[in-house]
Amino acid sequence: MKIMAIAANTFKEAIRDRILYLLLAFAILMIGASRLLSLMTVGSEEKIVKDIGLASIALFGVAVAIFVGVGLVFKEIEKRTVYTLVSKPIRRSQFILGKYCGLVLVLAVNLAVMTAVFYLVLIQRGWMDWRLTGAIWLTFIELMLVTAIAILFSSFSTPILSSLFTVTFFIIGHLSWGLRLMADKVEGVAAKFLCEFFYRVLPNLELLNMRGRAVHGLELPESQMAFATLYGLSYTAVLLALAVATFRRRDFL
Amino acid sequence: MSVPQPVLEIAGLRKSYKGHLSIGRREVIKGLDLTIQPGEVFGLLGQNGSGKTTTLKMILSLIFPDAGRISLFGTDYRSVAHRHRIGFLPENPWFYEYLTGREFLDFYGQLFGYGRAERSARAEAVLARVGMSDRAGLPLRKYSKGMLQRIGMAQALINDPEFVILDEPMSGLDPIGRREFRDIILDLKRRGRTIFFSSHILSDAEAICDRVGILKDGRIGVEGRLADLLSPAVRSWEVMYAGPPFAQLMSVAAGGDGGCQLLSDRGPESLVAVHDEKVLSKLLDSIRTQGGRLISVSARRETLEDLYVKEVSGR
Repeated sequence: MKIMAIAANTFKEAIRDRILYLLLAFAILMIGASRLLSLMTVGSEEKIVKDIGLASIALFGVAVAIFVGVGLVFKEIEKRTVYTLVSKPIRRSQFILGKYCGLVLVLAVNLAVMTAVFYLVLIQRGWMDWRLTGAIWLTFIELMLVTAIAILFSSFSTPILSSLFTVTFFIIGHLSWGLRLMADKVEGVAAKFLCEFFYRVLPNLELLNMRGRAVHGLELPESQMAFATLYGLSYTAVLLALAVATFRRRDFL
Repeated sequence: MSVPQPVLEIAGLRKSYKGHLSIGRREVIKGLDLTIQPGEVFGLLGQNGSGKTTTLKMILSLIFPDAGRISLFGTDYRSVAHRHRIGFLPENPWFYEYLTGREFLDFYGQLFGYGRAERSARAEAVLARVGMSDRAGLPLRKYSKGMLQRIGMAQALINDPEFVILDEPMSGLDPIGRREFRDIILDLKRRGRTIFFSSHILSDAEAICDRVGILKDGRIGVEGRLADLLSPAVRSWEVMYAGPPFAQLMSVAAGGDGGCQLLSDRGPESLVAVHDEKVLSKLLDSIRTQGGRLISVSARRETLEDLYVKEVSGR
Protein backbone atom coordinates (compact mmCIF):
# COMPACT_ATOMS: atom_id res chain seq x y z
CA MET A 1 0.00 0.00 0.00
CA LYS A 2 2.83 2.41 0.86
CA ILE A 3 4.57 1.56 -2.41
CA MET A 4 1.32 2.24 -4.23
CA ALA A 5 0.90 5.60 -2.45
CA ILE A 6 4.38 6.68 -3.58
CA ALA A 7 3.70 5.30 -7.07
CA ALA A 8 0.43 7.22 -7.30
CA ASN A 9 2.18 10.41 -6.22
CA THR A 10 4.92 9.89 -8.82
CA PHE A 11 2.26 9.33 -11.46
CA LYS A 12 0.47 12.51 -10.39
CA GLU A 13 3.74 14.44 -10.61
CA ALA A 14 4.35 13.24 -14.18
CA ILE A 15 0.80 14.11 -15.22
CA ARG A 16 0.94 17.56 -13.63
CA ASP A 17 4.38 18.14 -15.13
CA ARG A 18 2.61 17.62 -18.46
CA ILE A 19 4.91 14.81 -19.54
CA LEU A 20 2.03 13.18 -21.34
CA TYR A 21 1.92 16.13 -23.74
CA LEU A 22 4.60 14.16 -25.54
CA LEU A 23 1.76 11.91 -26.62
CA LEU A 24 0.32 14.73 -28.60
CA ALA A 25 3.58 15.00 -30.51
CA PHE A 26 3.39 11.27 -31.17
CA ALA A 27 -0.19 11.43 -32.44
CA ILE A 28 0.67 14.29 -34.78
CA LEU A 29 3.77 12.46 -36.05
CA MET A 30 1.81 9.26 -36.59
CA ILE A 31 -1.16 10.79 -38.37
CA GLY A 32 1.09 13.18 -40.29
CA ALA A 33 3.40 10.39 -41.48
CA SER A 34 0.48 8.27 -42.58
CA ARG A 35 -1.13 11.15 -44.54
CA LEU A 36 2.17 12.20 -46.07
CA LEU A 37 3.03 8.68 -47.18
CA SER A 38 -0.39 8.14 -48.66
CA LEU A 39 0.40 10.98 -51.06
CA MET A 40 3.36 9.04 -52.37
CA THR A 41 3.09 5.95 -54.44
CA VAL A 42 5.60 3.77 -52.71
CA GLY A 43 4.80 0.07 -52.82
CA SER A 44 5.80 -0.65 -49.22
CA GLU A 45 3.78 2.22 -47.74
CA GLU A 46 2.12 -0.07 -45.19
CA LYS A 47 5.42 -1.36 -43.88
CA ILE A 48 6.82 2.16 -43.60
CA VAL A 49 3.84 3.37 -41.55
CA LYS A 50 4.07 0.31 -39.27
CA ASP A 51 7.82 0.76 -38.98
CA ILE A 52 7.55 4.44 -38.10
CA GLY A 53 4.74 3.67 -35.64
CA LEU A 54 6.58 0.95 -33.73
CA ALA A 55 9.89 2.82 -33.79
CA SER A 56 8.33 6.02 -32.45
CA ILE A 57 6.40 4.16 -29.75
CA ALA A 58 9.73 2.70 -28.61
CA LEU A 59 11.62 5.98 -28.96
CA PHE A 60 9.09 8.16 -27.13
CA GLY A 61 8.83 5.50 -24.42
CA VAL A 62 12.59 5.24 -23.96
CA ALA A 63 12.94 9.03 -23.89
CA VAL A 64 10.42 9.29 -21.03
CA ALA A 65 11.93 6.27 -19.24
CA ILE A 66 15.45 7.71 -19.31
CA PHE A 67 14.86 11.40 -18.84
CA VAL A 68 12.14 11.13 -16.22
CA GLY A 69 13.77 8.07 -14.66
CA VAL A 70 17.13 9.68 -13.92
CA GLY A 71 15.54 12.71 -12.25
CA LEU A 72 13.06 10.73 -10.21
CA VAL A 73 15.18 10.05 -7.15
CA PHE A 74 17.57 12.95 -7.64
CA LYS A 75 14.78 15.52 -7.56
CA GLU A 76 13.48 14.20 -4.27
CA ILE A 77 16.92 14.62 -2.71
CA GLU A 78 17.67 17.92 -4.41
CA LYS A 79 14.37 19.46 -3.34
CA ARG A 80 14.67 17.81 0.07
CA THR A 81 11.22 16.27 -0.14
CA VAL A 82 12.95 13.02 0.72
CA TYR A 83 13.63 14.30 4.27
CA THR A 84 10.02 14.21 5.32
CA LEU A 85 9.21 11.16 3.20
CA VAL A 86 11.95 8.92 4.56
CA SER A 87 11.27 10.06 8.13
CA LYS A 88 7.80 8.54 7.81
CA PRO A 89 7.38 4.81 8.53
CA ILE A 90 8.53 3.59 5.11
CA ARG A 91 11.61 1.63 4.11
CA ARG A 92 14.00 3.05 1.58
CA SER A 93 13.27 0.03 -0.60
CA GLN A 94 9.59 1.00 -0.58
CA PHE A 95 10.56 4.50 -1.66
CA ILE A 96 12.62 3.24 -4.62
CA LEU A 97 10.04 0.66 -5.67
CA GLY A 98 7.24 3.21 -5.33
CA LYS A 99 9.06 5.72 -7.53
CA TYR A 100 9.78 2.93 -10.02
CA CYS A 101 6.20 1.65 -10.13
CA GLY A 102 4.93 5.21 -10.57
CA LEU A 103 7.06 5.76 -13.63
CA VAL A 104 6.17 2.35 -15.05
CA LEU A 105 2.53 3.34 -14.65
CA VAL A 106 3.21 6.55 -16.58
CA LEU A 107 4.96 4.53 -19.29
CA ALA A 108 2.07 2.06 -19.46
CA VAL A 109 -0.49 4.84 -19.95
CA ASN A 110 1.82 6.51 -22.44
CA LEU A 111 2.26 3.29 -24.37
CA ALA A 112 -1.45 2.45 -24.28
CA VAL A 113 -2.43 5.82 -25.73
CA MET A 114 0.28 5.70 -28.41
CA THR A 115 -0.77 2.17 -29.35
CA ALA A 116 -4.41 3.25 -29.58
CA VAL A 117 -3.53 6.14 -31.94
CA PHE A 118 -1.30 3.84 -33.98
CA TYR A 119 -4.00 1.17 -34.28
CA LEU A 120 -6.65 3.74 -35.22
CA VAL A 121 -4.47 4.91 -38.10
CA LEU A 122 -3.87 1.29 -39.17
CA ILE A 123 -7.53 0.32 -38.91
CA GLN A 124 -8.51 3.37 -40.92
CA ARG A 125 -6.11 2.31 -43.66
CA GLY A 126 -7.15 -1.35 -43.45
CA TRP A 127 -3.65 -2.47 -42.42
CA MET A 128 -4.38 -3.72 -38.93
CA ASP A 129 -2.37 -6.74 -37.83
CA TRP A 130 -2.86 -7.81 -34.20
CA ARG A 131 0.56 -9.48 -34.15
CA LEU A 132 1.98 -5.99 -33.67
CA THR A 133 0.67 -6.18 -30.08
CA GLY A 134 3.30 -8.81 -29.25
CA ALA A 135 6.10 -6.48 -30.39
CA ILE A 136 4.56 -3.61 -28.41
CA TRP A 137 4.33 -5.81 -25.31
CA LEU A 138 8.06 -6.55 -25.52
CA THR A 139 8.73 -2.85 -26.06
CA PHE A 140 6.96 -2.28 -22.74
CA ILE A 141 9.20 -4.89 -21.07
CA GLU A 142 12.20 -3.09 -22.57
CA LEU A 143 10.96 0.21 -21.11
CA MET A 144 10.64 -1.43 -17.69
CA LEU A 145 14.23 -2.59 -17.95
CA VAL A 146 15.54 0.79 -19.14
CA THR A 147 13.68 2.55 -16.30
CA ALA A 148 15.36 0.20 -13.82
CA ILE A 149 18.77 1.08 -15.32
CA ALA A 150 17.94 4.79 -14.99
CA ILE A 151 16.84 4.36 -11.36
CA LEU A 152 19.93 2.33 -10.52
CA PHE A 153 22.27 5.02 -11.84
CA SER A 154 20.29 7.83 -10.31
CA SER A 155 20.47 6.13 -6.90
CA PHE A 156 24.12 7.21 -6.68
CA SER A 157 24.79 9.68 -9.47
CA THR A 158 23.65 13.03 -10.88
CA PRO A 159 20.96 13.22 -13.60
CA ILE A 160 23.42 14.22 -16.33
CA LEU A 161 25.79 11.36 -15.63
CA SER A 162 22.89 8.97 -15.09
CA SER A 163 21.37 9.90 -18.47
CA LEU A 164 24.73 9.36 -20.14
CA PHE A 165 25.19 5.98 -18.47
CA THR A 166 21.65 4.89 -19.22
CA VAL A 167 21.80 5.94 -22.87
CA THR A 168 25.13 4.11 -23.17
CA PHE A 169 23.63 1.01 -21.59
CA PHE A 170 20.65 1.26 -23.90
CA ILE A 171 22.85 1.43 -27.00
CA ILE A 172 25.17 -1.32 -25.81
CA GLY A 173 22.11 -3.40 -24.95
CA HIS A 174 21.04 -3.28 -28.57
CA LEU A 175 24.51 -4.17 -29.83
CA SER A 176 25.54 -6.75 -27.24
CA TRP A 177 24.83 -9.62 -29.64
CA GLY A 178 28.02 -8.42 -31.43
CA LEU A 179 30.06 -9.47 -28.39
CA ARG A 180 29.05 -13.07 -29.05
CA LEU A 181 30.34 -12.84 -32.60
CA MET A 182 33.46 -11.16 -31.37
CA ALA A 183 34.10 -13.99 -28.89
CA ASP A 184 34.24 -16.39 -31.82
CA LYS A 185 36.59 -14.20 -33.81
CA VAL A 186 39.14 -12.97 -31.23
CA GLU A 187 42.30 -14.85 -30.36
CA GLY A 188 43.33 -15.67 -26.80
CA VAL A 189 41.45 -17.19 -23.89
CA ALA A 190 41.26 -13.99 -21.85
CA ALA A 191 39.78 -11.94 -24.70
CA LYS A 192 37.27 -14.68 -25.46
CA PHE A 193 36.34 -14.88 -21.79
CA LEU A 194 35.86 -11.10 -21.54
CA CYS A 195 33.63 -10.98 -24.63
CA GLU A 196 31.58 -13.89 -23.36
CA PHE A 197 31.42 -12.36 -19.85
CA PHE A 198 30.14 -8.97 -21.05
CA TYR A 199 27.73 -10.67 -23.41
CA ARG A 200 26.26 -12.51 -20.44
CA VAL A 201 26.26 -9.59 -18.00
CA LEU A 202 25.09 -6.68 -20.15
CA PRO A 203 21.40 -6.59 -21.03
CA ASN A 204 20.50 -8.07 -24.39
CA LEU A 205 17.82 -5.65 -25.51
CA GLU A 206 17.66 -7.15 -29.00
CA LEU A 207 15.93 -10.14 -27.40
CA LEU A 208 13.07 -7.76 -26.68
CA ASN A 209 13.02 -6.29 -30.16
CA MET A 210 10.50 -8.11 -32.34
CA ARG A 211 9.44 -4.97 -34.13
CA GLY A 212 11.09 -5.93 -37.42
CA ARG A 213 9.39 -9.34 -37.46
CA ALA A 214 6.03 -7.80 -36.62
CA VAL A 215 6.30 -5.19 -39.37
CA HIS A 216 6.98 -7.90 -41.91
CA GLY A 217 3.99 -9.89 -40.72
CA LEU A 218 6.09 -12.79 -39.40
CA GLU A 219 4.92 -15.02 -36.53
CA LEU A 220 6.19 -14.18 -33.05
CA PRO A 221 6.66 -17.64 -31.51
CA GLU A 222 5.03 -17.98 -28.08
CA SER A 223 8.06 -19.65 -26.52
CA GLN A 224 10.29 -16.81 -27.69
CA MET A 225 7.84 -14.21 -26.37
CA ALA A 226 7.64 -15.97 -23.00
CA PHE A 227 11.42 -16.28 -22.75
CA ALA A 228 11.98 -12.64 -23.70
CA THR A 229 9.38 -11.49 -21.15
CA LEU A 230 10.91 -13.61 -18.40
CA TYR A 231 14.40 -12.42 -19.32
CA GLY A 232 13.36 -8.75 -19.25
CA LEU A 233 11.54 -9.04 -15.94
CA SER A 234 14.36 -10.98 -14.25
CA TYR A 235 16.97 -8.51 -15.43
CA THR A 236 14.76 -5.67 -14.16
CA ALA A 237 14.38 -7.36 -10.77
CA VAL A 238 18.17 -7.66 -10.41
CA LEU A 239 18.68 -3.99 -11.35
CA LEU A 240 16.05 -2.89 -8.82
CA ALA A 241 17.65 -5.01 -6.11
CA LEU A 242 20.99 -3.30 -6.85
CA ALA A 243 19.31 0.14 -6.79
CA VAL A 244 17.73 -0.62 -3.41
CA ALA A 245 21.04 -1.90 -2.02
CA THR A 246 22.86 1.27 -3.17
CA PHE A 247 20.15 3.61 -1.97
CA ARG A 248 19.90 1.98 1.45
CA ARG A 249 23.36 3.21 2.41
CA ARG A 250 23.09 6.65 0.91
CA ASP A 251 23.38 9.82 3.01
CA PHE A 252 20.80 12.49 2.17
CA LEU A 253 22.87 15.64 2.35
CA MET B 1 9.76 5.14 41.64
CA SER B 2 11.10 3.80 38.35
CA VAL B 3 13.24 5.99 36.15
CA PRO B 4 11.40 6.78 32.90
CA GLN B 5 12.87 5.46 29.65
CA PRO B 6 14.63 8.29 27.80
CA VAL B 7 13.05 9.16 24.46
CA LEU B 8 16.46 9.74 22.91
CA GLU B 9 19.91 8.65 23.97
CA ILE B 10 23.02 9.51 21.98
CA ALA B 11 26.51 8.40 22.96
CA GLY B 12 29.84 9.07 21.28
CA LEU B 13 28.26 10.16 18.01
CA ARG B 14 30.64 11.05 15.18
CA LYS B 15 30.08 12.14 11.62
CA SER B 16 32.39 13.39 8.91
CA TYR B 17 31.75 14.57 5.38
CA LYS B 18 33.91 14.45 2.29
CA GLY B 19 36.08 17.53 1.99
CA HIS B 20 36.18 19.94 -0.91
CA LEU B 21 36.68 18.12 -4.25
CA SER B 22 36.33 14.87 -2.29
CA ILE B 23 39.80 15.36 -0.80
CA GLY B 24 40.05 14.28 2.82
CA ARG B 25 37.20 14.30 5.32
CA ARG B 26 35.87 17.04 7.55
CA GLU B 27 34.59 15.92 10.93
CA VAL B 28 31.45 17.81 11.92
CA ILE B 29 30.28 15.84 14.94
CA LYS B 30 33.09 14.73 17.23
CA GLY B 31 31.71 12.56 19.99
CA LEU B 32 28.31 13.98 20.88
CA ASP B 33 26.43 12.71 23.95
CA LEU B 34 22.86 13.64 24.72
CA THR B 35 19.83 12.29 26.54
CA ILE B 36 16.28 13.57 26.28
CA GLN B 37 13.63 12.51 28.78
CA PRO B 38 9.92 12.15 28.00
CA GLY B 39 7.94 15.38 28.14
CA GLU B 40 11.00 17.58 27.82
CA VAL B 41 11.49 20.48 25.43
CA PHE B 42 15.15 20.45 24.46
CA GLY B 43 16.74 23.18 22.38
CA LEU B 44 19.90 22.42 20.44
CA LEU B 45 21.69 25.70 19.88
CA GLY B 46 24.74 26.50 17.86
CA GLN B 47 26.11 28.62 15.06
CA ASN B 48 25.36 27.97 11.41
CA GLY B 49 27.39 24.96 10.31
CA SER B 50 27.93 23.72 13.85
CA GLY B 51 26.24 20.41 13.07
CA LYS B 52 22.68 20.89 14.42
CA THR B 53 20.98 19.66 11.25
CA THR B 54 23.52 16.85 10.86
CA THR B 55 22.64 15.63 14.36
CA LEU B 56 18.89 15.72 13.68
CA LYS B 57 19.34 13.94 10.34
CA MET B 58 21.28 11.14 11.99
CA ILE B 59 18.51 10.57 14.54
CA LEU B 60 16.07 10.24 11.64
CA SER B 61 18.33 7.88 9.62
CA LEU B 62 18.60 10.38 6.79
CA ILE B 63 22.36 10.16 7.11
CA PHE B 64 24.41 7.56 8.92
CA PRO B 65 26.93 8.16 11.71
CA ASP B 66 30.56 7.08 11.40
CA ALA B 67 30.54 5.95 15.01
CA GLY B 68 28.48 6.13 18.16
CA ARG B 69 25.14 4.90 19.39
CA ILE B 70 21.66 6.36 19.03
CA SER B 71 18.62 4.85 20.66
CA LEU B 72 15.02 5.97 20.37
CA PHE B 73 12.48 4.88 22.95
CA GLY B 74 15.09 2.52 24.35
CA THR B 75 15.85 0.56 21.16
CA ASP B 76 17.96 0.93 18.02
CA TYR B 77 17.07 4.13 16.17
CA ARG B 78 16.92 2.57 12.71
CA SER B 79 13.69 0.66 13.33
CA VAL B 80 11.01 1.85 10.89
CA ALA B 81 8.39 1.25 13.61
CA HIS B 82 9.78 4.22 15.61
CA ARG B 83 8.69 6.60 12.90
CA HIS B 84 5.05 6.02 13.80
CA ARG B 85 5.90 7.84 17.03
CA ILE B 86 8.01 10.64 15.54
CA GLY B 87 7.19 13.85 13.69
CA PHE B 88 9.81 15.84 11.80
CA LEU B 89 9.84 19.32 10.32
CA PRO B 90 13.00 20.04 8.31
CA GLU B 91 14.56 23.46 7.93
CA ASN B 92 13.06 25.53 5.07
CA PRO B 93 10.78 22.66 4.07
CA TRP B 94 9.93 22.16 0.44
CA PHE B 95 7.21 19.81 -0.69
CA TYR B 96 5.54 18.45 -3.79
CA GLU B 97 4.43 21.71 -5.31
CA TYR B 98 1.90 20.12 -7.65
CA LEU B 99 -0.17 18.85 -4.70
CA THR B 100 -2.69 20.92 -2.81
CA GLY B 101 -2.22 21.21 0.95
CA ARG B 102 -4.98 18.66 1.55
CA GLU B 103 -3.67 16.17 -1.07
CA PHE B 104 -0.20 16.49 0.43
CA LEU B 105 -1.41 15.60 3.93
CA ASP B 106 -3.50 12.77 2.52
CA PHE B 107 -0.43 11.34 0.79
CA TYR B 108 1.59 11.48 4.00
CA GLY B 109 -1.34 9.92 5.87
CA GLN B 110 -1.14 6.98 3.45
CA LEU B 111 2.51 6.46 4.39
CA PHE B 112 1.32 5.76 7.94
CA GLY B 113 -1.17 3.23 6.60
CA TYR B 114 -4.28 5.16 7.73
CA GLY B 115 -7.61 4.50 6.03
CA ARG B 116 -9.35 7.17 3.96
CA ALA B 117 -11.69 8.46 6.70
CA GLU B 118 -8.92 8.60 9.28
CA ARG B 119 -6.61 10.43 6.87
CA SER B 120 -9.22 13.03 6.19
CA ALA B 121 -10.03 13.54 9.88
CA ARG B 122 -6.36 13.83 10.82
CA ALA B 123 -5.62 16.21 7.96
CA GLU B 124 -8.48 18.55 8.94
CA ALA B 125 -7.41 18.47 12.59
CA VAL B 126 -3.78 19.42 11.87
CA LEU B 127 -4.80 22.01 9.27
CA ALA B 128 -6.95 23.71 11.90
CA ARG B 129 -4.11 23.51 14.39
CA VAL B 130 -1.66 25.33 12.12
CA GLY B 131 -4.30 27.77 10.88
CA MET B 132 -4.31 26.56 7.27
CA SER B 133 -7.83 25.12 6.88
CA ASP B 134 -8.97 27.81 4.48
CA ARG B 135 -5.91 27.59 2.22
CA ALA B 136 -5.57 23.81 2.07
CA GLY B 137 -7.18 23.67 -1.38
CA LEU B 138 -4.38 25.68 -3.00
CA PRO B 139 -1.44 23.95 -4.68
CA LEU B 140 1.74 24.20 -2.62
CA ARG B 141 3.51 26.12 -5.39
CA LYS B 142 1.32 29.08 -4.49
CA TYR B 143 2.29 28.98 -0.81
CA SER B 144 4.47 31.63 0.79
CA LYS B 145 7.45 30.64 2.92
CA GLY B 146 5.43 31.01 6.10
CA MET B 147 2.59 28.91 4.69
CA LEU B 148 5.04 26.15 3.69
CA GLN B 149 6.39 26.22 7.23
CA ARG B 150 2.86 25.78 8.57
CA ILE B 151 1.97 22.94 6.21
CA GLY B 152 5.35 21.45 7.14
CA MET B 153 4.32 21.57 10.79
CA ALA B 154 0.99 19.98 9.82
CA GLN B 155 2.72 17.00 8.19
CA ALA B 156 4.98 16.63 11.21
CA LEU B 157 1.93 16.35 13.48
CA ILE B 158 -0.31 14.19 11.25
CA ASN B 159 0.48 11.05 13.27
CA ASP B 160 0.07 12.83 16.63
CA PRO B 161 3.70 11.99 17.45
CA GLU B 162 5.12 11.46 20.93
CA PHE B 163 8.47 12.87 19.88
CA VAL B 164 8.59 15.95 17.66
CA ILE B 165 11.86 16.97 15.98
CA LEU B 166 11.93 20.48 14.55
CA ASP B 167 14.84 21.95 12.62
CA GLU B 168 14.83 25.76 12.88
CA PRO B 169 11.02 25.83 13.16
CA MET B 170 10.81 29.61 13.48
CA SER B 171 12.92 30.57 10.49
CA GLY B 172 10.99 32.27 7.73
CA LEU B 173 8.07 33.19 9.97
CA ASP B 174 6.83 36.69 10.63
CA PRO B 175 6.37 37.80 14.27
CA ILE B 176 2.75 36.61 14.37
CA GLY B 177 3.70 33.28 12.82
CA ARG B 178 6.47 32.89 15.36
CA ARG B 179 4.09 33.55 18.21
CA GLU B 180 1.65 30.99 16.80
CA PHE B 181 4.38 28.39 16.34
CA ARG B 182 5.53 29.01 19.86
CA ASP B 183 1.97 28.40 21.05
CA ILE B 184 1.77 25.17 19.04
CA ILE B 185 5.01 23.95 20.62
CA LEU B 186 3.86 24.95 24.11
CA ASP B 187 0.55 23.16 23.48
CA LEU B 188 2.45 20.01 22.48
CA LYS B 189 4.47 20.33 25.67
CA ARG B 190 1.28 20.68 27.74
CA ARG B 191 0.03 17.48 26.18
CA GLY B 192 3.14 15.66 27.35
CA ARG B 193 4.95 15.43 24.04
CA THR B 194 8.73 15.47 23.88
CA ILE B 195 10.22 18.13 21.65
CA PHE B 196 13.71 18.41 20.28
CA PHE B 197 14.44 21.46 18.22
CA SER B 198 17.39 23.26 16.79
CA SER B 199 17.52 27.00 16.61
CA HIS B 200 19.72 30.01 16.56
CA ILE B 201 16.89 32.32 17.59
CA LEU B 202 17.74 32.49 21.26
CA SER B 203 14.68 34.38 22.45
CA ASP B 204 12.47 31.58 21.16
CA ALA B 205 14.63 28.95 22.78
CA GLU B 206 14.56 30.81 26.07
CA ALA B 207 10.78 31.11 25.97
CA ILE B 208 10.09 27.47 25.11
CA CYS B 209 12.87 25.20 26.35
CA ASP B 210 13.18 23.29 29.56
CA ARG B 211 16.73 22.43 28.73
CA VAL B 212 19.26 23.60 26.16
CA GLY B 213 22.54 22.32 24.80
CA ILE B 214 25.04 24.46 22.97
CA LEU B 215 26.82 22.67 20.14
CA LYS B 216 30.39 23.77 19.67
CA ASP B 217 33.29 22.01 17.95
CA GLY B 218 31.16 18.96 17.26
CA ARG B 219 30.21 18.36 20.87
CA ILE B 220 27.67 19.67 23.36
CA GLY B 221 29.66 22.28 25.26
CA VAL B 222 27.16 23.43 27.84
CA GLU B 223 23.98 21.58 28.61
CA GLY B 224 21.35 21.84 31.29
CA ARG B 225 18.16 23.42 32.55
CA LEU B 226 17.93 27.12 31.85
CA ALA B 227 17.34 27.84 35.52
CA ASP B 228 20.60 26.08 36.40
CA LEU B 229 22.64 27.52 33.55
CA LEU B 230 21.69 31.16 33.90
CA SER B 231 22.89 32.89 37.02
CA PRO B 232 20.01 34.52 38.94
CA ALA B 233 22.36 37.26 40.21
CA VAL B 234 21.85 40.74 38.80
CA ARG B 235 24.61 41.51 36.32
CA SER B 236 23.89 45.19 35.86
CA TRP B 237 21.25 47.89 36.10
CA GLU B 238 19.94 50.18 33.44
CA VAL B 239 18.94 53.65 34.60
CA MET B 240 16.86 55.99 32.48
CA TYR B 241 16.57 59.61 33.56
CA ALA B 242 15.89 63.10 32.23
CA GLY B 243 17.85 66.15 33.21
CA PRO B 244 21.53 67.06 33.54
CA PRO B 245 24.04 65.80 30.97
CA PHE B 246 25.81 62.52 31.75
CA ALA B 247 29.30 64.04 32.11
CA GLN B 248 28.12 66.61 34.66
CA LEU B 249 26.29 63.97 36.62
CA MET B 250 29.29 61.70 36.71
CA SER B 251 31.72 64.32 37.88
CA VAL B 252 29.51 64.93 40.89
CA ALA B 253 28.45 61.34 41.55
CA ALA B 254 31.61 59.34 41.30
CA GLY B 255 34.39 61.75 40.55
CA GLY B 256 34.60 60.23 37.07
CA ASP B 257 32.51 57.64 35.21
CA GLY B 258 33.88 54.50 36.90
CA GLY B 259 31.34 51.67 36.67
CA CYS B 260 28.94 53.61 34.45
CA GLN B 261 28.38 53.50 30.72
CA LEU B 262 26.20 55.80 28.67
CA LEU B 263 24.10 53.59 26.38
CA SER B 264 21.98 56.22 24.67
CA ASP B 265 21.42 59.93 24.87
CA ARG B 266 18.23 60.98 23.13
CA GLY B 267 17.34 64.59 23.79
CA PRO B 268 16.49 65.12 27.41
CA GLU B 269 16.49 61.38 28.24
CA SER B 270 19.61 59.31 28.87
CA LEU B 271 20.09 55.55 29.39
CA VAL B 272 23.02 54.48 31.52
CA ALA B 273 24.28 50.98 32.41
CA VAL B 274 25.70 50.57 35.91
CA HIS B 275 27.68 47.51 36.96
CA ASP B 276 28.22 48.30 40.63
CA GLU B 277 25.58 48.65 43.33
CA LYS B 278 27.42 51.46 45.16
CA VAL B 279 27.83 53.44 41.97
CA LEU B 280 24.12 52.93 41.32
CA SER B 281 23.19 54.43 44.66
CA LYS B 282 25.50 57.44 44.08
CA LEU B 283 24.11 57.95 40.61
CA LEU B 284 20.52 57.96 41.86
CA ASP B 285 21.43 60.50 44.59
CA SER B 286 23.15 62.72 42.09
CA ILE B 287 20.20 62.65 39.66
CA ARG B 288 18.00 63.93 42.50
CA THR B 289 20.45 66.57 43.76
CA GLN B 290 21.18 67.89 40.23
CA GLY B 291 17.47 68.43 39.60
CA GLY B 292 17.07 65.50 37.23
CA ARG B 293 14.04 63.23 36.98
CA LEU B 294 14.36 59.45 37.35
CA ILE B 295 12.29 57.56 34.76
CA SER B 296 13.20 53.90 35.40
CA VAL B 297 15.71 51.53 36.94
CA SER B 298 15.77 47.92 35.68
CA ALA B 299 17.92 45.00 36.78
CA ARG B 300 19.55 42.85 34.08
CA ARG B 301 20.12 39.21 34.84
CA GLU B 302 22.11 36.79 32.68
CA THR B 303 20.21 35.82 29.53
CA LEU B 304 20.58 32.86 27.26
CA GLU B 305 22.18 35.23 24.80
CA ASP B 306 24.89 36.16 27.32
CA LEU B 307 25.56 32.48 27.96
CA TYR B 308 25.54 31.65 24.26
CA VAL B 309 27.96 34.42 23.34
CA LYS B 310 30.24 33.39 26.21
CA GLU B 311 30.21 29.74 25.12
CA VAL B 312 30.43 30.16 21.39
CA SER B 313 32.88 33.00 21.08
CA GLY B 314 34.61 32.55 24.42
CA ARG B 315 33.96 36.17 25.41
